[in-house]
Amino acid sequence: MKWGVVTFPGSNDDHGTLHVLREVLGHEAVSLWHKSRDLHGVDCVVLPGGFSYGDYLRCGAIARFSPVMSAIGEHAAQGGLVLGICNGFQVLCEAGLLPGALVRNRSLSFVCREASLRVESVANPFVNMALVGDVWRIPVKHGEGCYIADESTLDQMERDGQILLRYCRDDGSRSRDGADGSDYNCNGSLRDVAGVMNATRNVFGMMPHPEHGADPALREVSWPGSGVPDGLRIFQSIAGWVADRGQRLAVDSMR
Amino acid sequence: MIARVFITPKKGVLDPQGRAISSSLHALGFGEVGDVRMGKYLEIRLGASPEGDPSARVRAMCERLLANGVIEDFRFEIDQESPGRGA
Repeated sequence: MKWGVVTFPGSNDDHGTLHVLREVLGHEAVSLWHKSRDLHGVDCVVLPGGFSYGDYLRCGAIARFSPVMSAIGEHAAQGGLVLGICNGFQVLCEAGLLPGALVRNRSLSFVCREASLRVESVANPFVNMALVGDVWRIPVKHGEGCYIADESTLDQMERDGQILLRYCRDDGSRSRDGADGSDYNCNGSLRDVAGVMNATRNVFGMMPHPEHGADPALREVSWPGSGVPDGLRIFQSIAGWVADRGQRLAVDSMR
Repeated sequence: MIARVFITPKKGVLDPQGRAISSSLHALGFGEVGDVRMGKYLEIRLGASPEGDPSARVRAMCERLLANGVIEDFRFEIDQESPGRGA
Protein backbone atom coordinates (compact mmCIF):
# COMPACT_ATOMS: atom_id res chain seq x y z
CA MET A 1 0.00 0.00 0.00
CA LYS A 2 1.04 3.60 -0.44
CA TRP A 3 0.96 6.23 2.29
CA GLY A 4 1.17 10.00 2.15
CA VAL A 5 2.25 12.17 5.08
CA VAL A 6 1.38 15.87 4.95
CA THR A 7 3.80 18.58 6.01
CA PHE A 8 2.25 21.90 7.03
CA PRO A 9 4.45 24.77 8.18
CA GLY A 10 4.89 23.81 11.84
CA SER A 11 4.27 20.07 11.51
CA ASN A 12 6.91 18.25 13.53
CA ASP A 13 5.91 14.58 13.60
CA ASP A 14 5.86 14.14 9.83
CA HIS A 15 9.36 12.65 9.71
CA GLY A 16 8.74 10.36 12.68
CA THR A 17 5.65 9.04 10.91
CA LEU A 18 7.53 8.55 7.63
CA HIS A 19 10.22 6.66 9.57
CA VAL A 20 7.68 4.21 10.99
CA LEU A 21 5.94 3.70 7.64
CA ARG A 22 9.15 3.22 5.68
CA GLU A 23 11.62 1.68 8.09
CA VAL A 24 9.42 -0.25 10.51
CA LEU A 25 6.60 -1.32 8.18
CA GLY A 26 8.68 -1.29 4.99
CA HIS A 27 5.94 0.45 3.00
CA GLU A 28 6.05 3.10 0.32
CA ALA A 29 5.38 6.51 1.87
CA VAL A 30 5.55 9.91 0.19
CA SER A 31 5.78 13.32 1.77
CA LEU A 32 2.96 15.69 0.76
CA TRP A 33 3.70 19.41 0.94
CA HIS A 34 0.79 21.56 2.11
CA LYS A 35 0.76 23.51 -1.15
CA SER A 36 0.37 20.38 -3.24
CA ARG A 37 -3.00 19.41 -4.67
CA ASP A 38 -1.65 16.09 -5.91
CA LEU A 39 -1.91 13.18 -3.48
CA HIS A 40 0.14 10.87 -5.76
CA GLY A 41 -2.46 8.11 -5.63
CA VAL A 42 -1.93 7.25 -1.96
CA ASP A 43 -4.29 4.83 -0.19
CA CYS A 44 -4.09 6.60 3.14
CA VAL A 45 -3.19 10.20 3.98
CA VAL A 46 -1.72 10.91 7.42
CA LEU A 47 -2.03 14.38 8.93
CA PRO A 48 0.77 14.41 11.51
CA GLY A 49 1.23 16.06 14.86
CA GLY A 50 2.85 19.41 15.43
CA PHE A 51 1.81 23.03 15.55
CA SER A 52 0.61 23.88 12.05
CA TYR A 53 0.74 27.64 11.48
CA GLY A 54 1.86 28.06 15.08
CA ASP A 55 -1.60 27.06 16.35
CA TYR A 56 -2.62 30.66 15.59
CA LEU A 57 -6.30 31.56 16.00
CA ARG A 58 -7.23 27.95 16.93
CA CYS A 59 -5.29 24.72 16.48
CA GLY A 60 -5.78 23.55 12.90
CA ALA A 61 -7.91 26.55 11.90
CA ILE A 62 -5.48 27.94 9.34
CA ALA A 63 -4.16 24.61 8.06
CA ARG A 64 -7.61 23.51 6.97
CA PHE A 65 -7.47 26.08 4.16
CA SER A 66 -4.20 24.72 2.70
CA PRO A 67 -4.40 23.56 -0.92
CA VAL A 68 -3.62 19.99 0.18
CA MET A 69 -6.76 19.98 2.33
CA SER A 70 -9.08 20.43 -0.63
CA ALA A 71 -7.43 17.40 -2.26
CA ILE A 72 -7.82 15.48 1.00
CA GLY A 73 -11.50 16.46 1.14
CA GLU A 74 -11.99 14.96 -2.32
CA HIS A 75 -9.97 11.87 -1.40
CA ALA A 76 -12.19 11.37 1.67
CA ALA A 77 -15.39 11.98 -0.31
CA GLN A 78 -14.35 9.15 -2.62
CA GLY A 79 -13.84 6.78 0.31
CA GLY A 80 -10.06 7.24 0.65
CA LEU A 81 -8.60 6.76 4.13
CA VAL A 82 -7.41 9.66 6.27
CA LEU A 83 -5.66 9.39 9.65
CA GLY A 84 -5.20 12.53 11.73
CA ILE A 85 -2.82 12.38 14.69
CA CYS A 86 -2.92 15.08 17.38
CA ASN A 87 -2.66 18.34 15.42
CA GLY A 88 -3.90 16.31 12.43
CA PHE A 89 -7.01 15.43 14.47
CA GLN A 90 -7.50 19.12 15.23
CA VAL A 91 -7.20 19.97 11.53
CA LEU A 92 -9.80 17.32 10.61
CA CYS A 93 -12.27 18.70 13.15
CA GLU A 94 -11.71 22.26 11.95
CA ALA A 95 -12.20 21.10 8.35
CA GLY A 96 -15.51 19.50 9.27
CA LEU A 97 -14.27 16.06 8.21
CA LEU A 98 -14.81 14.88 11.81
CA PRO A 99 -17.49 16.00 14.26
CA GLY A 100 -16.67 17.95 17.42
CA ALA A 101 -13.72 20.10 18.43
CA LEU A 102 -10.56 19.94 20.54
CA VAL A 103 -10.07 22.55 23.24
CA ARG A 104 -7.56 23.35 25.98
CA ASN A 105 -6.85 20.49 28.41
CA ARG A 106 -8.98 20.84 31.51
CA SER A 107 -5.84 20.89 33.65
CA LEU A 108 -4.46 23.74 31.50
CA SER A 109 -1.20 21.74 31.48
CA PHE A 110 0.58 20.30 28.49
CA VAL A 111 0.57 16.52 29.00
CA CYS A 112 3.40 14.30 27.81
CA ARG A 113 3.19 10.68 28.92
CA GLU A 114 1.96 7.21 28.04
CA ALA A 115 -1.80 6.80 28.03
CA SER A 116 -3.85 3.66 28.44
CA LEU A 117 -6.49 3.38 25.76
CA ARG A 118 -9.45 1.02 25.68
CA VAL A 119 -10.35 -0.35 22.26
CA GLU A 120 -14.06 0.37 21.81
CA SER A 121 -14.77 -0.79 18.28
CA VAL A 122 -12.92 -2.98 15.79
CA ALA A 123 -15.14 -3.15 12.71
CA ASN A 124 -13.33 -0.33 10.95
CA PRO A 125 -10.18 0.32 8.89
CA PHE A 126 -8.16 1.92 11.70
CA VAL A 127 -8.40 -0.20 14.83
CA ASN A 128 -8.93 -3.83 13.92
CA MET A 129 -5.86 -5.73 15.14
CA ALA A 130 -7.46 -5.98 18.56
CA LEU A 131 -10.51 -7.13 20.46
CA VAL A 132 -13.02 -4.78 22.01
CA GLY A 133 -11.82 -4.16 25.56
CA ASP A 134 -8.11 -4.54 24.83
CA VAL A 135 -5.95 -1.91 26.49
CA TRP A 136 -3.28 -0.24 24.40
CA ARG A 137 -0.44 1.92 25.67
CA ILE A 138 0.34 4.82 23.35
CA PRO A 139 2.05 8.14 24.18
CA VAL A 140 0.21 11.46 24.30
CA LYS A 141 1.73 14.96 24.11
CA HIS A 142 -0.61 17.89 23.73
CA GLY A 143 -1.99 21.03 25.34
CA GLU A 144 -5.31 21.14 23.51
CA GLY A 145 -6.64 17.61 23.32
CA CYS A 146 -9.90 17.87 25.23
CA TYR A 147 -12.49 16.50 22.82
CA ILE A 148 -15.94 18.01 22.99
CA ALA A 149 -19.13 17.62 21.00
CA ASP A 150 -22.75 18.12 21.91
CA GLU A 151 -24.57 15.37 23.76
CA SER A 152 -26.64 14.21 20.80
CA THR A 153 -23.53 13.93 18.61
CA LEU A 154 -21.75 11.92 21.31
CA ASP A 155 -24.80 9.63 21.73
CA GLN A 156 -25.01 9.08 17.99
CA MET A 157 -21.27 8.34 17.67
CA GLU A 158 -21.45 5.86 20.54
CA ARG A 159 -24.43 4.14 18.97
CA ASP A 160 -22.77 3.88 15.56
CA GLY A 161 -19.40 2.69 16.84
CA GLN A 162 -17.53 5.83 15.80
CA ILE A 163 -15.65 6.18 19.08
CA LEU A 164 -12.72 3.82 18.55
CA LEU A 165 -10.46 4.59 21.52
CA ARG A 166 -11.08 5.96 25.01
CA TYR A 167 -8.73 6.86 27.83
CA CYS A 168 -8.93 4.33 30.65
CA ARG A 169 -7.05 3.03 33.69
CA ASP A 170 -4.31 0.49 33.08
CA ASP A 171 -6.80 -2.33 33.73
CA GLY A 172 -9.23 -0.94 31.14
CA SER A 173 -11.73 0.42 33.67
CA ARG A 174 -13.28 3.91 33.54
CA SER A 175 -15.44 6.01 35.82
CA ARG A 176 -19.10 5.37 35.22
CA ASP A 177 -19.85 8.79 33.80
CA GLY A 178 -16.55 9.48 32.07
CA ALA A 179 -13.89 12.05 32.55
CA ASP A 180 -14.60 14.66 35.15
CA GLY A 181 -11.56 14.85 37.36
CA SER A 182 -10.31 11.33 36.62
CA ASP A 183 -6.58 11.39 36.18
CA TYR A 184 -6.51 8.49 33.73
CA ASN A 185 -8.09 10.93 31.27
CA CYS A 186 -5.13 13.20 30.56
CA ASN A 187 -7.09 16.07 29.02
CA GLY A 188 -10.65 15.87 30.39
CA SER A 189 -12.28 14.91 27.08
CA LEU A 190 -16.00 14.23 27.20
CA ARG A 191 -16.82 10.56 27.71
CA ASP A 192 -13.08 9.86 27.78
CA VAL A 193 -12.84 10.11 23.99
CA ALA A 194 -9.31 9.62 22.62
CA GLY A 195 -10.11 8.88 18.97
CA VAL A 196 -13.17 9.17 16.71
CA MET A 197 -14.14 8.16 13.19
CA ASN A 198 -16.54 9.84 10.77
CA ALA A 199 -19.95 8.40 9.83
CA THR A 200 -18.69 6.98 6.53
CA ARG A 201 -15.91 5.17 8.43
CA ASN A 202 -12.93 6.35 6.40
CA VAL A 203 -11.61 9.34 8.37
CA PHE A 204 -10.14 8.83 11.86
CA GLY A 205 -8.58 11.26 14.30
CA MET A 206 -6.78 10.49 17.56
CA MET A 207 -4.88 12.59 20.09
CA PRO A 208 -2.35 9.89 21.12
CA HIS A 209 0.67 9.39 18.85
CA PRO A 210 0.82 5.87 17.41
CA GLU A 211 4.02 6.76 15.54
CA HIS A 212 5.79 7.40 18.86
CA GLY A 213 4.82 3.97 20.12
CA ALA A 214 5.48 1.97 16.97
CA ASP A 215 9.19 1.32 16.56
CA PRO A 216 10.14 -1.87 18.44
CA ALA A 217 13.69 -0.54 18.83
CA LEU A 218 12.40 2.37 20.92
CA ARG A 219 9.82 0.28 22.71
CA GLU A 220 12.43 -2.24 23.78
CA VAL A 221 14.31 0.45 25.71
CA SER A 222 11.43 1.07 28.11
CA TRP A 223 9.49 -2.18 28.03
CA PRO A 224 11.79 -5.07 27.10
CA GLY A 225 9.97 -8.09 25.69
CA SER A 226 6.66 -6.25 25.34
CA GLY A 227 6.00 -7.58 21.84
CA VAL A 228 4.36 -5.65 19.00
CA PRO A 229 4.17 -1.99 20.05
CA ASP A 230 0.53 -0.91 20.28
CA GLY A 231 1.07 2.18 18.13
CA LEU A 232 2.19 -0.06 15.29
CA ARG A 233 -1.17 -1.85 15.37
CA ILE A 234 -2.89 1.29 14.09
CA PHE A 235 -0.72 1.34 10.96
CA GLN A 236 -0.95 -2.45 10.59
CA SER A 237 -4.74 -2.27 10.92
CA ILE A 238 -4.93 0.24 8.08
CA ALA A 239 -2.50 -1.75 5.91
CA GLY A 240 -4.43 -4.97 6.52
CA TRP A 241 -7.71 -3.32 5.67
CA VAL A 242 -6.32 -1.84 2.44
CA ALA A 243 -4.89 -5.24 1.43
CA ASP A 244 -8.26 -6.92 2.08
CA ARG A 245 -10.06 -4.26 0.10
CA GLY A 246 -7.63 -4.84 -2.79
CA GLN A 247 -8.44 -8.54 -2.73
CA ARG A 248 -12.18 -7.89 -2.61
CA LEU A 249 -11.92 -5.56 -5.60
CA ALA A 250 -9.88 -8.16 -7.53
CA VAL A 251 -12.47 -10.87 -6.82
CA ASP A 252 -15.32 -8.56 -7.79
CA SER A 253 -13.67 -7.74 -11.09
CA MET A 254 -13.50 -11.45 -11.98
CA ARG A 255 -17.21 -11.94 -11.51
CA MET B 1 -13.76 51.46 8.68
CA ILE B 2 -12.98 48.98 11.42
CA ALA B 3 -14.73 45.81 12.52
CA ARG B 4 -14.47 44.82 16.18
CA VAL B 5 -15.10 41.10 16.55
CA PHE B 6 -15.78 39.39 19.89
CA ILE B 7 -15.47 35.61 20.07
CA THR B 8 -16.57 33.77 23.21
CA PRO B 9 -16.91 30.12 24.21
CA LYS B 10 -20.43 28.86 23.60
CA LYS B 11 -22.66 28.46 26.60
CA GLY B 12 -22.06 25.06 28.14
CA VAL B 13 -18.64 24.60 26.54
CA LEU B 14 -15.85 23.97 29.01
CA ASP B 15 -13.66 27.00 29.57
CA PRO B 16 -10.85 25.88 31.86
CA GLN B 17 -9.00 29.17 31.31
CA GLY B 18 -12.01 31.13 32.48
CA ARG B 19 -12.27 28.88 35.52
CA ALA B 20 -8.59 29.38 36.39
CA ILE B 21 -8.97 33.16 36.06
CA SER B 22 -12.04 33.10 38.28
CA SER B 23 -10.25 31.23 41.04
CA SER B 24 -7.22 33.54 40.77
CA LEU B 25 -9.50 36.55 41.21
CA HIS B 26 -11.04 34.87 44.25
CA ALA B 27 -7.58 34.28 45.66
CA LEU B 28 -6.86 38.01 45.26
CA GLY B 29 -9.90 38.84 47.33
CA PHE B 30 -12.39 39.62 44.58
CA GLY B 31 -15.06 37.45 46.14
CA GLU B 32 -17.82 38.94 44.04
CA VAL B 33 -16.43 37.26 40.91
CA GLY B 34 -18.66 34.53 39.51
CA ASP B 35 -18.25 32.73 36.25
CA VAL B 36 -15.48 34.01 33.93
CA ARG B 37 -15.53 33.21 30.23
CA MET B 38 -12.44 33.98 28.21
CA GLY B 39 -12.63 34.77 24.52
CA LYS B 40 -10.87 36.70 21.77
CA TYR B 41 -11.15 40.24 20.50
CA LEU B 42 -10.09 41.19 16.98
CA GLU B 43 -9.86 44.57 15.27
CA ILE B 44 -10.09 44.24 11.54
CA ARG B 45 -9.43 47.25 9.38
CA LEU B 46 -11.64 47.19 6.29
CA GLY B 47 -11.25 48.86 2.91
CA ALA B 48 -14.00 49.20 0.37
CA SER B 49 -15.20 45.89 -1.04
CA PRO B 50 -16.93 45.42 -4.38
CA GLU B 51 -18.90 42.62 -2.68
CA GLY B 52 -20.89 45.29 -0.86
CA ASP B 53 -22.42 45.08 2.61
CA PRO B 54 -19.52 45.07 5.10
CA SER B 55 -21.69 43.52 7.77
CA ALA B 56 -22.42 40.46 5.61
CA ARG B 57 -18.72 40.25 4.75
CA VAL B 58 -17.62 40.29 8.40
CA ARG B 59 -20.27 37.70 9.28
CA ALA B 60 -18.86 35.46 6.53
CA MET B 61 -15.32 35.96 7.90
CA CYS B 62 -16.50 34.87 11.34
CA GLU B 63 -18.34 31.85 10.04
CA ARG B 64 -15.59 30.66 7.72
CA LEU B 65 -12.48 31.30 9.78
CA LEU B 66 -12.58 33.48 12.86
CA ALA B 67 -14.97 31.44 15.03
CA ASN B 68 -15.56 27.71 15.25
CA GLY B 69 -19.32 27.28 15.46
CA VAL B 70 -18.97 24.03 17.38
CA ILE B 71 -17.43 25.75 20.39
CA GLU B 72 -17.66 29.52 19.91
CA ASP B 73 -20.17 32.33 19.49
CA PHE B 74 -19.31 35.63 17.86
CA ARG B 75 -20.65 39.14 17.61
CA PHE B 76 -19.21 42.22 15.96
CA GLU B 77 -19.53 45.96 15.57
CA ILE B 78 -18.56 47.97 12.55
CA ASP B 79 -17.17 51.40 13.26
CA GLN B 80 -16.79 54.04 10.58
CA GLU B 81 -14.18 55.87 12.63
CA SER B 82 -10.51 55.11 12.79
CA PRO B 83 -9.33 52.84 15.63
CA GLY B 84 -8.09 54.53 18.77
CA ARG B 85 -4.67 55.87 19.56
CA GLY B 86 -1.75 53.76 18.46
CA ALA B 87 -3.75 51.63 16.03
